[in-house]
Amino acid sequence: MEVGQMQRQWVDYTKSLFLEGFLDGQFLQLQQLQDESNPDFVVEVVSLFFEDSEKLLNDLTRALEQPSVDFKRVDAHVHQFKGSSSSIGAQRVKNACIAFRNFCEEQNTEGCIRCVQQVKQEYYLVKNKLETLFAMEQQIVAAGGSIPILELSF
Amino acid sequence: MEACNCIEPQWPADELLMKYQYISDFFIALAYFSIPLELIYFVKKSAVFPYRWVLVQFGAFIVLCGATHLINLWTFSMHSRTVAIVMTTAKVLTAVVSCATALMLVHIIPDLLSVKTRELFLKNKAAELDREMGLIRTQEETGRHVRMLTHEIRSTLDRHTILKTTLVELGRTLALEECALWMPTRTGLELQLSYTLRQQNPVGYTVPIHLPVINQVFSSNRALKISPNSPVARMRPLAGKHMPGEVVAVRVPLLHLSNFQINDWPELSTKRYALMVLMLPSDSARQWHVHELELVEVVADQVAVALSHAAILEESMRARDLLMEQNIALDLARREAETAIRARNDFLAVMNHEMRTPMHAIIALSSLLQETELTPEQRLMVETILKSSHLLATLINDVLDLSRLEDGSLQLEIATFNLHSVFREVHNLIKPVASVKKLSVSLNLAADLPVQAVESLRDFRAPEFFPVQSDNHFYLRVQVKDSGSGINPQDIPKLFTKFAQTHSLATRNSGGSGLGLAICKRFVNLMEGHIWIESEGPGKGCTAIFIVKLGFAERSNESKLPFVTKVQANHVQTNFPGLKVLVMDDNGVSRSVTKGLLGHLGCDVTTVSSIDEFLHVISQEHKVVFMDVCMPGIDGYELAVRIHEKFTKRHERPVLVALTGNIDKMTKENCMRVGMDGVILKPVSVDKMRSVLSELLEHRVLFEAM
Repeated sequence: MEVGQMQRQWVDYTKSLFLEGFLDGQFLQLQQLQDESNPDFVVEVVSLFFEDSEKLLNDLTRALEQPSVDFKRVDAHVHQFKGSSSSIGAQRVKNACIAFRNFCEEQNTEGCIRCVQQVKQEYYLVKNKLETLFAMEQQIVAAGGSIPILELSF
Repeated sequence: MEACNCIEPQWPADELLMKYQYISDFFIALAYFSIPLELIYFVKKSAVFPYRWVLVQFGAFIVLCGATHLINLWTFSMHSRTVAIVMTTAKVLTAVVSCATALMLVHIIPDLLSVKTRELFLKNKAAELDREMGLIRTQEETGRHVRMLTHEIRSTLDRHTILKTTLVELGRTLALEECALWMPTRTGLELQLSYTLRQQNPVGYTVPIHLPVINQVFSSNRALKISPNSPVARMRPLAGKHMPGEVVAVRVPLLHLSNFQINDWPELSTKRYALMVLMLPSDSARQWHVHELELVEVVADQVAVALSHAAILEESMRARDLLMEQNIALDLARREAETAIRARNDFLAVMNHEMRTPMHAIIALSSLLQETELTPEQRLMVETILKSSHLLATLINDVLDLSRLEDGSLQLEIATFNLHSVFREVHNLIKPVASVKKLSVSLNLAADLPVQAVESLRDFRAPEFFPVQSDNHFYLRVQVKDSGSGINPQDIPKLFTKFAQTHSLATRNSGGSGLGLAICKRFVNLMEGHIWIESEGPGKGCTAIFIVKLGFAERSNESKLPFVTKVQANHVQTNFPGLKVLVMDDNGVSRSVTKGLLGHLGCDVTTVSSIDEFLHVISQEHKVVFMDVCMPGIDGYELAVRIHEKFTKRHERPVLVALTGNIDKMTKENCMRVGMDGVILKPVSVDKMRSVLSELLEHRVLFEAM
């Protein structure tokens, strides 16, 4: 595949991610921060996100498996997760976290367990998408092209 | 003989003697019976008689005596035994009562006698009281006289009336022959006869003041008797009077205004005195009584007081009149000055207009002439005409400005204005003028020049500057540097005076009129600033520098958190090179995002994830601190308080910005409470961060951005 085509593919893919609501404007901000002095900024941040999220999700699952659930702790974890996801623009994950927090306030174990499943689902989805995106980027760079600048109006 | 119970008298009845005895006894009895009756009658009439029972006793005694003598009448002839018994009884009783009475009288009579002495004593006392009453009445009379006199004297504040009245009243009260007042002359060496009772206008008798008799009177505050032959008492020829009446003199203190002290009344050391002389009628045996002398002394004091009051009144009336005159004069002067100013202004306005119209004609037509075909000489002439008329036009303008500046009718208008645009405008104004003269002008503005300043600036030349920080004001320093012909350092002091000419003044814009710099100086002074010129010497160019105080344009409400809806693009800094920032966030992802964001804007970012780390790292070098306040288990607010405690001075403290995932009222209030300078909602875009930093660095003000 030649560079132009790859770039167009990349653009379409990215657009679709935005349209489907996986990513929001914050992700664009991250992309803006990427420059010569910081060429891998987005990848680094997203990788950090993945690491953090794995840990958080494990903690969450364990916390909810306890016989008596410590909702404060659960809420704290969800808060963290919400923060991270909104920092990188993972919109659907963030929304799921918001819903999750409501159930935590209500101290609804059932609801929380359902939410954690949902959050996990969204997370893995967005992780998948982002990994695909990065793979595409690597291909473009390897082929000698450059990542196009996205001009999206919201 | 038959025994009869008759008693025979002792002696034989002598017919004549018996008869006389008989009659005497009868009368004695009568008297004796009538005396008690009289006594009873008179005692009943009188109200007081303390010894009634004595009277009874006495009455009984007399009655019995009378009875005895009455019964005695029967014993002259033969009388029966009964009569004898009655007689005996009566005599016995009489004896008893009389003895009792005699004994009683021993007690009574001394008492009665002492009553008498007491009565005498009381009579004496009554006489004494009467005498004293008489004295008191006399004194009261005197007092009334004094009061009346004083009233008369004090009823007027006119000096002459006071003195005249005094003399008249004194004369009347004391029935004097003559009463006179001697006043000290202006020189103080003589006493002049000023007022007399009998003579209407005393001719100017004078006596020297240092006579012993006068000194004597002056040294005492009592009225003293003086000899009728002393010079002050010889007022008119003693025509046919043999025995001049006694004369009394008393001093009257004359108080100066400056030493009128009520408390020091008796200590009138260096005072002037007048002398009042009173003469009793000649050929009368009258003497001066003590109470009369007292009266005179009191009157003298009153007169002194009245005179001083009169003097004060005169003085204050004089002062008031003087003030009124001065007021009138001042008013007149003010009105004249106003008229003059108005006339001047009118003149200036009219003349300016009149002068400018031909000026404009000259300038316009000369410029037009310049455009036409001219010989070099003609061109030279036209250029000279143009230059001169420009000079003249500037001079006219400057004169008007300067006159308005000088009499303070020019007032600064306080308004917010855009500093940058002012400089740019001036630069633009000057550029064409300069280019015509083949000169280049460059404008340099310092990076942190505030955009908005408060104060009205007028008429300054091109700038290059840097401000000095302070809280509500900053100082603007503007420098105009040229590489022209420079100025002699000796001439520099003269530059700012009006119309002073110096030969080597740089003539780029001022045109050598001599007024321009003076006007600048006036304006700069109005703005509490300072202007000066530096030059190293002829040929080395010169620099004109001024510093003025401008205010920061006010923000609408510093204590609330106003919502910044739009960002002024032209003042946002694009980069914050080297700005040291500290970010505290426990979320790794958002920490690195924020770091990247700030790094992209050129900041030097340090990140920490806990309070201990934060406190370890924080220093005065960090200008801005971003901290997440929603960290569970870490109280960001508490940390903010601690930062405030650590950095007490405002300029040392870094700007504190809270990063938070939700902006609700509670969060905002907490942030304000702990003294945060701003609140940002995560996630934050690059543009938002940029504008946030711009604002924070400019104004250090509370705001919120979402």
